[in-house]
Amino acid sequence: MNLLEIQDLKVHFPVAQRLFGRTKEFVRAVDGVSFTIAPGETVGLVGESGCGKTTLGRAAIKLVEPTSGRIMFEGEDIAALSGKELRARRRRFQMIFQDPFGSLDPRRTVSEIIGEALDIHGLAPDASARRQRIDALLKDVGLDPSHASRLPHEFSGGQRQRIGIARAVAVEPKLIVCDEPVSALDVSVQAQIINLLQDLQREHGIAYLFVAHDLAVVKHISRRILVMYLGRIVESGEAKEVCRAPKHPYTQALLSAVPVVDPDSKRQRILLAGDVPSPIHPPGGCPFHPRCPVAEARCKTEVPPLRELGSGHWAACHLAT
Amino acid sequence: MPLLEIKNLQVEFGSGAHAARAVDGVSLSLEAGKTLCLVGESGSGKSVTALSIAKLVPSPPARYVGGEILIEGRDVLKMSSRELRDIRGGLVSYVFQEPGASLNPVFRIGAQIKESLKYHRPAAANDTEVIRLLKLVGIPAPESRLRNYPHELSGGMQQRVMIAMALASQPKLLVADEPTTALDVTIQAQIIELLGDLRKQLGMAVLLITHNLGIVGDLADDVAVMYAGQIVEHGPVREVLQRPLHPYTQALIQSVPDLEAEVERLTAIPGTVPLLGSFPGGCRFHPRCPKAQASCSTQAPELASVKAGRRVRCPLWDSLLEPQTVSHRA
Repeated sequence: MNLLEIQDLKVHFPVAQRLFGRTKEFVRAVDGVSFTIAPGETVGLVGESGCGKTTLGRAAIKLVEPTSGRIMFEGEDIAALSGKELRARRRRFQMIFQDPFGSLDPRRTVSEIIGEALDIHGLAPDASARRQRIDALLKDVGLDPSHASRLPHEFSGGQRQRIGIARAVAVEPKLIVCDEPVSALDVSVQAQIINLLQDLQREHGIAYLFVAHDLAVVKHISRRILVMYLGRIVESGEAKEVCRAPKHPYTQALLSAVPVVDPDSKRQRILLAGDVPSPIHPPGGCPFHPRCPVAEARCKTEVPPLRELGSGHWAACHLAT
Repeated sequence: MPLLEIKNLQVEFGSGAHAARAVDGVSLSLEAGKTLCLVGESGSGKSVTALSIAKLVPSPPARYVGGEILIEGRDVLKMSSRELRDIRGGLVSYVFQEPGASLNPVFRIGAQIKESLKYHRPAAANDTEVIRLLKLVGIPAPESRLRNYPHELSGGMQQRVMIAMALASQPKLLVADEPTTALDVTIQAQIIELLGDLRKQLGMAVLLITHNLGIVGDLADDVAVMYAGQIVEHGPVREVLQRPLHPYTQALIQSVPDLEAEVERLTAIPGTVPLLGSFPGGCRFHPRCPKAQASCSTQAPELASVKAGRRVRCPLWDSLLEPQTVSHRA
């Protein structure tokens, strides 16, 4: 059974709401997305800023209220749950945030930050057990347990991200949504954090939904990849397959933008013109057509459906074969 | 005469027993029209070095304790505040990491670019010139963008506006301090491409500061790698990236994830950059160095010229360099 199964999830935010009258517009941040995550699996979610990947990541664990669709977690639809019922289940899905500076309370010590997670879910019967658990968690994420009484500002960015990871892992979740966990870090530290996430996965069998904009990082950590553009999945498949033979022109462009050290690399760079268009008024037809280097006439009028082009490899492009 | 010549620059923070040297004996030179990349992790002193070029690190708390920074032969560190004003945003322009934080949120972008023109090129302080600059940095329909506020633009567009502003004074040196770090990879590729085009078109020199060796190859002529306030390796870009001599450079290159490689684990550099004021003795990289030997913890290595155009701060470089193995896509 799948750990998480998202069915036709939509998250629409109202904007330009008038005081009187009914005219309302919506940002279609997530517009009909379906995917699954198996236990212990890592699924990568890539796309540019504004494509809806963060909203999708948050909606998948009900940090954002979905507009419609089903979120089946271990066979149970959590989309409709709220309050106490939802809180009890939160122990099984956690989140790691992008900004290690903004996501830790600056006035609380490391042991308070991690301990709070234990207290909420009643995982520490007494003070000494709590203390031991925090020490063990800090050790697990590669921090010195003697630093438990320090404040977040005493740590570097990479160390703070480790604190955030310890907080998420503390309640023994089945799934962690990692929202750009390494994009604020130096490349040398990125590698440390990614290795740590993989070690924790091997030890505890945690599944990850790994949200990022850098395909090289996503490919390394993920078994499968979802490529998102303007609220929709435009390509999905095995990570290696998607990177080796990308079907959608958007994925091809993303791949070609990945930084490469070797100055003699033969890679052809496909530069995408412009930015992601406004999700309030997305372009008609294929949402990617205004930036697409190979767009044809029908791309402006017909919305391409997701089609299976190889085993488990799906793409939403009229021209993909 | 090179456009920019930094000789043995030393910048300290704090005083007396608490003095900590953030930049310790950095020497670099940059010819007109060339591009130099300064690479290192957070805390390596690369930004302090870059800001020092226009004496932009406020003093106090910083103290420029030694060395010279010559721009067209004149020492910036000895300039009056009047002369510095002309240099800053004039001969030397800066583009910073977070365009959203560098732009003033309450002024229209046209007015912000015009402000730079008013000071450095008053004769050209008009809408026509602003539109020309916006067009130069690839902003579509610049006429309609003049009256936009920064929040109405995306991160990539904001960075283009910052670059337009930096170009307003027709600088001879553009210092770009992590200009793409806050941006998506696709936009990062656009901005790097733009900087490369502008350099060719305008013939200005570029000093690019970054922690990501992956964006260096497309733009740089030379690379200098910094660690704990010192340059550890310096040389032509192709040689440094393909045959890095210093173990730190080798580790940095290996930590860039590679799309084509199939590796179980990424090669991370263990530990963290030492904090300012508590740099280890001997070679400053030795506690994190996979190839360190006993002598590394006691003897501080010099930055030695090892072959034509290449300098490296590691006495073991010759024995460390296994033939052909260096780049991670060997």
